[in-house]
Amino acid sequence: MKNRFKVLRAERDWTQAQLADELQVSRQTVNAIETGKFDPSLKLAFKAARLFELGIEDIFQDERPQDS
Amino acid sequence: MDKLKADSNNYPTRIAKSSLHLLRWTTTWVATTALAAFGPRLIWDFATLPTIFAILVNLGIGFRLILQIKRYVQALDELGQKIFLNAASITLGVVMVCGVSYELLEDIRLISGEPQISFLIALMSLTFMASHLAGHRKYR
Repeated sequence: MKNRFKVLRAERDWTQAQLADELQVSRQTVNAIETGKFDPSLKLAFKAARLFELGIEDIFQDERPQDS
Repeated sequence: MDKLKADSNNYPTRIAKSSLHLLRWTTTWVATTALAAFGPRLIWDFATLPTIFAILVNLGIGFRLILQIKRYVQALDELGQKIFLNAASITLGVVMVCGVSYELLEDIRLISGEPQISFLIALMSLTFMASHLAGHRKYR
């Protein structure tokens, strides 16, 4: 699963620590999500979507090619 | 940025508090274990009542420690829980496999002494620490 965590965070000029604080997770978790090593749960994804004021699908994308 | 923040009790503070509680209960459990192990010999000369009392206190503190470990894991974020779960499953497997083999060594007379539970506890601690560290390195 791809995500735009890093881009969205940079656009808002937030540090990983600030974002981690808002999401109530560790900075390591934010870093692991940004680097694609860890996929967050639906609960955390919804939390991030509320924080970024976007839909989940605007932040996370399935890496599999879409069926035509 | 403040809209989701419920309180000032942020994640690192919460984990530090939970770790401190865990450390306190672990220390207390180790102390009561030492009392139950050495008290009968060194303090009350194998009197039954204090020995039973020491064992019951040790068991009670032990159960409280288990609860605190559960609370600690629940306080972790989801990546922390994943790392903990992976480390715990590796530890369970290693201790089960090595424990059975270790027990067999005495049965088939490859070692002369009785297998010691302390070896398994040491193996368990080392395996958990190593796999926990490896988990943190993986997601660094």
